[in-house]
Amino acid sequence: MTGSAASPITSVLFYIFALMAVASAVLMVTRRNIIHSAVFLITTLLATAGIFLQLEAEFLFVVQIILYVGGIMVLFVFVIMLVNLDVSLHLIQFNRQKYVAGVLAFVLTAQLLIAFWVGRSSLNLGDARAMDPKNTEAVGQALFQRYMLPFEIASILLLVAMIGAVVMAKRRV
Amino acid sequence: MPGAGVLPMPVDNYLLLSLALFAVGVVGVLTRRNVIVMLMSIELILNAVNINLVAFSRYWGSVDGQIFAIFIITDAAAEAAVALGIILAFFRNRETVLADEMDMLKW
Repeated sequence: MTGSAASPITSVLFYIFALMAVASAVLMVTRRNIIHSAVFLITTLLATAGIFLQLEAEFLFVVQIILYVGGIMVLFVFVIMLVNLDVSLHLIQFNRQKYVAGVLAFVLTAQLLIAFWVGRSSLNLGDARAMDPKNTEAVGQALFQRYMLPFEIASILLLVAMIGAVVMAKRRV
Repeated sequence: MPGAGVLPMPVDNYLLLSLALFAVGVVGVLTRRNVIVMLMSIELILNAVNINLVAFSRYWGSVDGQIFAIFIITDAAAEAAVALGIILAFFRNRETVLADEMDMLKW
């Protein structure tokens, strides 16, 4: 595709990570036990983290593991353990409109594939540009200089979410 | 680490991987009854978007896409916290986490 070819080991790694991500995503959607779903989602997120590392996004790789796998998924597992599991294991797992939903999802995917196919020629843009080797430093510079205001807005969002979560989880409001 | 002009893989491959994860996530949101699995599918969709952003960030040699991905992860964390709080509150009142039994507003 693009100019110089990558070494075979990187493409093998890419296919391993991609296969891991997609396979465990499919398993996550189809498993009956929610804890199994959560574990497969963790596998998907870790495989995605590997792909981030391959794309020289080292800071995002660490953020993905610490924040997503270590933070959000632990929250999910806690909530799964708080709501009862044994009853919902024996219930029907898919809702009544599953066939309609499947067709709709298929149509959406086909649409995106067609868009990808049509726009593919314009994606062939030549070689990629060089990335700053000091990734974490570059991210920090961008975050605290050019993206200062969005950064502060994100911190306010997190504060609001924290208050909201505490109020929601309180026994009596 | 690959050299200056070499992407590990063509951008196409990352887009297709992202598309596959997105499609699986959409199927999960639309077909599952359990609200927690639906929420996890939404996390999967956000993750698929992040792959796109990071791939193009690598392609253009700029960290802007990665910054955007960090904001998306922040949003995912906030969303998960609030949504799981709502699920807990709902479960305490109605003893269910199934989406089609949450029909109090229906008549």
